[in-house]
Amino acid sequence: MSRIAGSRRDLAMLGFRQRWVPLLTTLFASLLNALPFVVTTPLVPDFAYLVLLAWRLLRPEIWAAHVALPLGLFDDLMAGHPLGQSMALWTLTFLAFDFVDSRSGWRDYWTDWLFASVAIALYTAGAWYVAHMMGSQAPIVVALPQLILSILAYPLVALVVVGLDRWRLAR
Amino acid sequence: MAPPSTRRPGFSRRAQYGLFFGYVIAVAGVMFAVLLLLVAVVDPTGFAALKGASLDVTRPITAGGRGVVNFFGGIGGSVRDYFQAGSQNADLRKQLAAERQRLIQARVVEGENRHLRALLKLDQDNPGTVAVTRIVGSSFTSIRRLATLSAGSGAGIRVGEPVRAAEGLIGRVIETGHFASRALLVSDPASSVPVRLVRDGTPALAVGHGDGTIDLKTLEVGQNPFRRGDVLVTSGIGGVYPPGIPVAVIAAVQKDRTIAKPLADPSRIDFAMVLPIAQPLADKPLSPQTQQAVEAAQQ
Repeated sequence: MSRIAGSRRDLAMLGFRQRWVPLLTTLFASLLNALPFVVTTPLVPDFAYLVLLAWRLLRPEIWAAHVALPLGLFDDLMAGHPLGQSMALWTLTFLAFDFVDSRSGWRDYWTDWLFASVAIALYTAGAWYVAHMMGSQAPIVVALPQLILSILAYPLVALVVVGLDRWRLAR
Repeated sequence: MAPPSTRRPGFSRRAQYGLFFGYVIAVAGVMFAVLLLLVAVVDPTGFAALKGASLDVTRPITAGGRGVVNFFGGIGGSVRDYFQAGSQNADLRKQLAAERQRLIQARVVEGENRHLRALLKLDQDNPGTVAVTRIVGSSFTSIRRLATLSAGSGAGIRVGEPVRAAEGLIGRVIETGHFASRALLVSDPASSVPVRLVRDGTPALAVGHGDGTIDLKTLEVGQNPFRRGDVLVTSGIGGVYPPGIPVAVIAAVQKDRTIAKPLADPSRIDFAMVLPIAQPLADKPLSPQTQQAVEAAQQ
C-alpha cells in the first residue's frame, strides 16, 4: 500500500488496523499460553497482562475500562485460570489507571514503568490470592521470581507495543 | 507527557453519560467476575463444558509444537554428552555394575514377595490404564502447576483420575475436554498425596510447594524420619491413587521441613498413563454387621 490511501478499500484497511491491532495483539498474547512448554516453577511472565498494560499506558484513550472484561474472559479460558480471575483483575487495573490518570499531571517512561511495576505486583498478589482461595496454599515467596521477571520484561513488551502502535497509525 | 484531553468528555451531556455508563458496566463486570470466582471456589468443576471446549481449541497448537520444543531442548544435552563421553562412559560402567547387583537382589525380593503374597492370599489386581497420552503443555504463566494432556473425555478420561509416567506419579486430572484434559501436578500446593517411605513404611502426606518441589508432612509429631535420598511411593490410603507408584525422592531435610523432588519431571516426560481411580474398599461389599447397622439407622 502506498503512503496515501488511494481507495475506499485502503481507507477501510487503515481503519481496521487502527481499531483492531491492540485487541488482536492482546488476544494473541493470551494465546501464548497454548505454547507447548512445560515449566515446573512459576517463572514466565504473564505476557497477556504485560501487553494489556503496555497498550493501556501508551494509549489511554483507545479502550474504555469495560473492554478488559471480554479480554480477561478470553485469557481465563486460554490460561486455565478459574473463570473471573483475569476478568476481575484486568478491569480493576483499568479502573485504577483511569483514577491515576485523573490525578497525575504528567507521565514519562520511568513513571510508566513504576506504575506498571506496581500494577504487576498487585496483579501477581491477586492471582496468588485467587489460587489460595482455590486451595493452592503456596507461600507468596514462590511467586517472587515471576514477579521480578515480569517487571524486567515490561520495557521489552512496551517496546514491541510501541512498534506495533507506529505501524498501526502509519499512513 | 501531558495527560490526554480525550478522557474528559467536555461539556457534552451525551459524552458524560457515555463515560459514566462505561464505568457502571466496568464495575458491574468486576462484581460479576468476583461472583464467578466465588462459584469456582465453591464448585471447582463448574463451567466444565466451556473450559473443556477452550482446551480443545488450543490443543492443535500445543500438541503440534511439542516435538519442536523437545528437539531444541535436546540439543543442549546432546552437545554436553558429546564432550563428556569419556568420563560419562566410566561412570556408566560403574553404575551398571552396581545396578546389576541390585537387580539380582530385586529378583530375589520379587520372588519372596510373590511367595508371601500367595501365603497372605492377597490378589494383585492390576486395574490397567484408562488411556496412554502425551503431556503437551502447562499453565506456565500461572502460579498454579497444571499440565495439559493431549487426550480427553473422548479417550475415556474422567475428572479425578490419577496420571503417572514410567518414572513416577504426575498428578490427577481436574478438567476434561473432548480432545484434551488438564492435570493438577503433584507439585501444585492444592495436591496432597498419601505416601509412605519405601525404607520403613512411615506414612506421610506429600503436599506440593508450588515451585516444582514437594513438602512432606509426617502424620506423627516427633523426630524427622526422613533422610536425604529416601524414595516415597503412594500408600494407596484413602483411595484415588493406587498403591506403590513412586512419587518423589527426598532432596533436603531441614529442621522444620522436608523437601522432596518429584521423580517424574513433567517438562521431560512425553508419555503419561491415566489410571482408573483406585477405590479398593468402596468396591467391596459392606460386612454383614455394617449392613445391619446401616439398615437399622435407615429405619
